[in-house]
Amino acid sequence: MGEIVLTEVRKSFGGVSIIQGIDLVIPDGEFVVFVGPSGCGKSTLLRLIAGLEDTSSGTISIDGKDATRLPPAKRGLAMVFQSYALYPHMSVAKNIAFPLRMAGLPAEEQQRKVEAAAKVLNLTPYLDRKPSQLSGGQRQRVAIGRAIVREPAAFLFDEPLSNLDAALRVSMRQEISELHHTLATTMVYVTHDQVEAMTMADRIVVLNAGRIEQVGSPLDLYHSPANLFVAGFIGSPKMNLVEGAEAAKHGAHTLGVRPEHIDIADEGPWKGMVGLCEHLGSDTFLKVDVAGVGQINVRVGGDVPLRHGAQVSLAPQADKLHRFDAKGMAMA
Amino acid sequence: MATQASRIAGRLMLSPAVLLLFLWMIVPLGMTIYFSFLRFNLLMPGTEQFTGFENYTYFFTDPAFWPALVNTLTLVLGVLAITVVGGVALAVLLDQPMWGQGIVRILVIAPFFVMPSVSALVWKNMLMNPVNGLFAALARGLGLEPIDFFADAPLASIIAIVAWQWLPFATLILFTAMQSLDREQMEAAEMDGAGPVWRFVHLTIPHLMRAATVVVLIQTIFLLSVFAEILVTTNGGPGTASTTLTFLVYMQSMLQFDVGLGSAGGIVAVILANIVAIFLMRMIGKNLEA
Repeated sequence: MGEIVLTEVRKSFGGVSIIQGIDLVIPDGEFVVFVGPSGCGKSTLLRLIAGLEDTSSGTISIDGKDATRLPPAKRGLAMVFQSYALYPHMSVAKNIAFPLRMAGLPAEEQQRKVEAAAKVLNLTPYLDRKPSQLSGGQRQRVAIGRAIVREPAAFLFDEPLSNLDAALRVSMRQEISELHHTLATTMVYVTHDQVEAMTMADRIVVLNAGRIEQVGSPLDLYHSPANLFVAGFIGSPKMNLVEGAEAAKHGAHTLGVRPEHIDIADEGPWKGMVGLCEHLGSDTFLKVDVAGVGQINVRVGGDVPLRHGAQVSLAPQADKLHRFDAKGMAMA
Repeated sequence: MATQASRIAGRLMLSPAVLLLFLWMIVPLGMTIYFSFLRFNLLMPGTEQFTGFENYTYFFTDPAFWPALVNTLTLVLGVLAITVVGGVALAVLLDQPMWGQGIVRILVIAPFFVMPSVSALVWKNMLMNPVNGLFAALARGLGLEPIDFFADAPLASIIAIVAWQWLPFATLILFTAMQSLDREQMEAAEMDGAGPVWRFVHLTIPHLMRAATVVVLIQTIFLLSVFAEILVTTNGGPGTASTTLTFLVYMQSMLQFDVGLGSAGGIVAVILANIVAIFLMRMIGKNLEA
């Protein structure tokens, strides 16, 4: 139904290479998230799949058919844009019906499908409104509605939640995940927000500077990052990366340890003074200056009575250490 | 402008300008209304006397009045139709990426900088002249008989000249609007399976409605008072074939020296302009609301 295969896909704009050879197989029904810092080419890659940009070289096949040169409409994909891209002069019902109308479906069938989509997305009371009369979350749902009525082979989402406020983002995130379970259609989702990536994805593709750094399930990436970039990118607060003598003790060039994998122990190997201390209630984030190691972020329980200037000793959990070689690649 | 004091200060600062503009409008209007009720001929100074609505009666019963009214409306509607449709077409073309874009855009705007009497002369003597004109040469080149534009189709010729002058304005406004069309909407429509024609019909046209409204309203104001092009080319003729209300008022007050009758015509023209304005606002004014 919706298998997407990218082979050696490259894209450059006027001599500047944005996508530098991507090989990726997205199996049917999978929820794949492209994540990476801004400018890493994740949106460009999505637009290449959509057909809104032409590939410079390489092939894209959808459902086993070569789609590299197909126009967007012929690829059977639906896209949800960051700005929603609703048609401002059309009512919600007409917006959702637009792809059906373009496909030349009879009016009754259009109406039936629009009503079904509206029901799934809780848009029924708003069908006669214009997009300008809707809230951000409702507009987002209309954009999704317009995508689902076409029953596409795959959905493409381009940072769809970045214009929403934090609370709405969490609920829309859940709605999209629900939708994926209901429809079981391939979804490709682009975001720079690693929380979205971790919570929604079956598999995450971490991109950096036009290359794939690592592909894996969220927990794979969390537990065994392939390199320093992924280690630093996935996880919040960020993994502590220690170089020098302390890393050499463990036989590595760089030693990585996540803030949540450090305990406060009476006789820990790292002794230092607490700097910034953030009490969130559920957790406490400490920045500890450890002599000879550097600043270490620590995540401890909510009721730790530590204040700025307190002396602590820290013990990283020995089995949760990540070791990286001089090239930044993970060591076995 | 939140406090009482700042509101009052704002009004005080604004009042000289408002007052000046108001006087600028009301004094000529008042004098025209006053003259329109007088028997006032420049050839017989000192014989002015109040005559009530006599001037209006003469003006409405003038055999040139109804043709002039029809010609005025034809001219306005004709030019509006050509400039709006042509402006949209040119805006679409200019929006395409092409070589020499900057120069082409300036060339398209250029006719707007030519003063009306000059452009009318250029059209009359260099393009539409039945002997020396370019169109005549083209017609002869094709073995056809040259058309004497100002004799055979005077109003249509004037419409063509005026439309040529106003096309850049319409193009400029519509092109600017075109550039503000959201690219993601276009891409969404492309993914939804809409080809170029459907994208134009369903996205571009509705998006341009507001700008087109602005074009229609502004142009109507200026087109109701088109004068130089008629004076330079046909002088309102042959007969009354290209006489508009503006030109009729000119003929009566400046050629027949009847200021009273001309003033009455001027007031009729003002009323007509207001009727047109009300119709326009009713029809398309809602496009301007956000």
